[in-house]
Amino acid sequence: MEFFHEPKIDWMGKKWYFIGLTLVLLVAGMASIAIRRGLTYGIDFRGGTLVYVKFTRQPDLDAIRGQLRKENLGEATIQRYGPVASNEVMIGLDLQATTSTDALDAGKRAIASALAGLSGASPEGRVDFNNASPQSVAEHLVVADPLQRASKGSEEAMRAYRELAEAVVNFRNGPPRSGLLGDLSELKAVPGVTPAVLEALGKDFYLSSYAVRNTEIVGPKVGTDLRRQAVYVTLAGLGAMLVYIWFRFELIYGVAAVIATFHDVLITLGIFSLLNKEISLTVIAALLTLVGYSMNDTIVVFDRIRENVHLNKRESFFDLVNRSINQTLSRTILTSGLTFLAVLSLYLFGGEVIHGFALTLVIGVIIGTYSSIAIASPILVFFYERAGKNRIGARPRALERETAGARR
Amino acid sequence: MEKKIRNRVIIIAVAIIVCLMGIICYPRNEQETFGFPTNWQRLKENVRDRIRLGLDLKGGTHLVLQVQVNDAVNITVDLAQERLQDELRSHGIPATVEKKTENSRTYLLLSNVLQEKSGDLQTLVSEQFPDWDLARRAGDPNAREISLKTSAAGNIRNQALEQSKNTIRNRIDQLGVTEPTIADYGRGDYELVVQLPGVDDPTRVKDIIQSTAMLTLKIVREGPFPSREAALASHGGVLPPDSELLPGRRESGSDNAGGEAWYVLDRIAAVTGRDLRDAQPRPDENGRPSVNFSLTRDGAARFGRVTGANIGKQLAIILDNRVVSAPVIQGQISDNGRITGSFTPQQAADLALVLRSGALPASIKYLQEMTVGPSLGADSIRHGVIASIVGLLAVMAFMLFYYRGSGINANLALFLNLLILVAALAYFGAVLTLPGIAGVILTVGMGVDSNVLIFERIREELRLGKTVWAAVAGGFDHAFHTIIDTHVTTVASALILFTFGTGPIRGFAVTLTIGLIANLFTSVFVSRVIFDYVLTRREKGEALSI
Repeated sequence: MEFFHEPKIDWMGKKWYFIGLTLVLLVAGMASIAIRRGLTYGIDFRGGTLVYVKFTRQPDLDAIRGQLRKENLGEATIQRYGPVASNEVMIGLDLQATTSTDALDAGKRAIASALAGLSGASPEGRVDFNNASPQSVAEHLVVADPLQRASKGSEEAMRAYRELAEAVVNFRNGPPRSGLLGDLSELKAVPGVTPAVLEALGKDFYLSSYAVRNTEIVGPKVGTDLRRQAVYVTLAGLGAMLVYIWFRFELIYGVAAVIATFHDVLITLGIFSLLNKEISLTVIAALLTLVGYSMNDTIVVFDRIRENVHLNKRESFFDLVNRSINQTLSRTILTSGLTFLAVLSLYLFGGEVIHGFALTLVIGVIIGTYSSIAIASPILVFFYERAGKNRIGARPRALERETAGARR
Repeated sequence: MEKKIRNRVIIIAVAIIVCLMGIICYPRNEQETFGFPTNWQRLKENVRDRIRLGLDLKGGTHLVLQVQVNDAVNITVDLAQERLQDELRSHGIPATVEKKTENSRTYLLLSNVLQEKSGDLQTLVSEQFPDWDLARRAGDPNAREISLKTSAAGNIRNQALEQSKNTIRNRIDQLGVTEPTIADYGRGDYELVVQLPGVDDPTRVKDIIQSTAMLTLKIVREGPFPSREAALASHGGVLPPDSELLPGRRESGSDNAGGEAWYVLDRIAAVTGRDLRDAQPRPDENGRPSVNFSLTRDGAARFGRVTGANIGKQLAIILDNRVVSAPVIQGQISDNGRITGSFTPQQAADLALVLRSGALPASIKYLQEMTVGPSLGADSIRHGVIASIVGLLAVMAFMLFYYRGSGINANLALFLNLLILVAALAYFGAVLTLPGIAGVILTVGMGVDSNVLIFERIREELRLGKTVWAAVAGGFDHAFHTIIDTHVTTVASALILFTFGTGPIRGFAVTLTIGLIANLFTSVFVSRVIFDYVLTRREKGEALSI
């Protein structure tokens, strides 16, 4: 089957509409960035503390906020994430003057103590099973010795308890519990857990209503360094592409492709600001991937233009670009569509951790495809029309040599 | 033609076998044998063992820390100051030596140097202090500046970094963390990255890594005083030469227990952490946790001499410039001793561990800490796998629907592409991270682009009225240049990402790069073989399903 049978769309005739749309998107994005006073950076760039917590019940965000206020570490950002039923909350604390590098984890300790305060007084001397590591479970089991190992304290008994501890902790971490037990008796399902083991665990442990799933703490130095580095790397990437395309095609092709790709990065950043999403390190990684993807897409069109330039010397450059876009249109739509499907699946099913990354690619695939047709190609047409090289016969010799080489 | 296809099919078969071996039975290290899995359980284990998961998938702690290498330079300057004073005295060159720090440059300032001794000083420095530069100080003819040569300071910094790395590795190994990573962070600036799989509460590990564990034993001259001021006042505000003042804590049992205690000590240590042979946590005679240590031969000889000469005096045990205890020397001690203090059993065990692993030559600052709980890691794996499968199935279904028979061709190529990708990860021991899984998904999307380019070109050639053979050949030829160009740019951006990113993001760059390189083989070579095979088996005049 076929979507487009030899389309004859006058793309270049509509270039002013494209440029208008691009300007609208750019202005809207830049305005949004200006209104928000710059991009919103994630913890990894800004520095600070971010803790992901899962609760057994729907958590009361105001109560968490109230508890955190008592810690005097400034205003926290608290937001739910993931599906509502998962009861997951992200707690962020910005870097404080007091949270210097000397006490990097002050924010984390404050959040931990706020959470402990929230779930009420802990039973005297007992440990929270929902936030216990396998090591700590194993240590308690070795002391309690519920399996009545004859050789108490021996290497072999220690190993048996270590394995048992790992099994119960893995059970706790596995789906659908995802790190939270409602009742210790659920552990009965784990092979090797006897009533005696359960009783021993019950003596040493209690269950809080939350589990800390992920902690990120970034000091002030790392953040600023990273931001600068991200800009350098993106520029270096674009520079390398410019040189490669210059070498393979011609300078103006490289310039056009780089402008189009840079346009994609700017628009994606603008959309991120409009959606009020944070720029994190993974988003930067996705932006760099987008640079590669957008280049890729532009090159397919340019390749066809180069080939047609060689084959047909009488057609105007304007018509030739139109024809090249139409010839590759089927492939462009298919590839973008399939890549879009793949990244959409990542966005929908990939989980919270990778959301920003997937979103960047979802936006980027659309923008990157659009810019090949709407930005990169018109730049070529403008250049040749202005240079009075509208007749293909007058095109530079370097290009002729290159295409001839490619055909051989 | 038949024979040519056969050769190419053999190449593909070999590639498939090599890939499968990498995933299921290739030995990962020299100890392992070539174990072919004989049952399903073993197969699953083998596959799991060969795909190394990143911290974000298996859970653990990621730390970035900076070694404060200037500490080591400072210590060198301190030692040089002492030595210089001695040398000046013995060479009869009168001068006062002061340590100065200006704009992060540390140097020794010599003032009141007599003009006629200038030459002697020059000779002394060039003979005894080859790593140091002597310069006149602007504005004062009687002053000189002696500073470490840039190269020497650089060496000291690099050594401090290396030694810190080793010490940290020792400590982590003794904690029993499996497969830790301690490596340069790669941004210069003396930063290290420490990855601790399976550690989900890093507090204790961080303390252990960070403790400088600088142990010194010094003879107490006077003390304890209740405050710094009191200690100074007893000497008229100035400490006697070659002595120093350090704080500690009143020992339990004495009056004012737990309060501050200041001691005036010998500046030169009787024994330091370098003289330790071993340290073990042992309860003392009262059952309180303490640490027993034993000394090397040299250390024991020195310790015996000092304790023998100072019987009845107090000996201060100093850890990181704090006096932890100051027992009275009852008799000559030579090769072992005990550190008591108010430790918990855990603290005593940790102290013994850090003493055994050696002191850090410089202090450490943490710059970044990330902990992924194992439940999140398990969730991430599940999400990543679901997303990959859904993405893969969607793409495959679409290719079948759009290209019919040739869709099978593209899907076989895609499948092989993923197989090579996974095998390459196993062979190289590359780490699979969550962004790495995203790279796999993106490979599916972008990898299929090559097939689309080729197929669309074949369709065009067919429309121009070429024969099926010519159309297939033309399609592959024309699309090849485009495929090379697009792959080069994408791989280039992935490589730049690799140099920029750390941890998880590197994982993404790795999978994307391997996936795209493998794609060149599968979409251009393998796909072509399948086409040629289909074409040779085709009835004459039958149309190509594309």
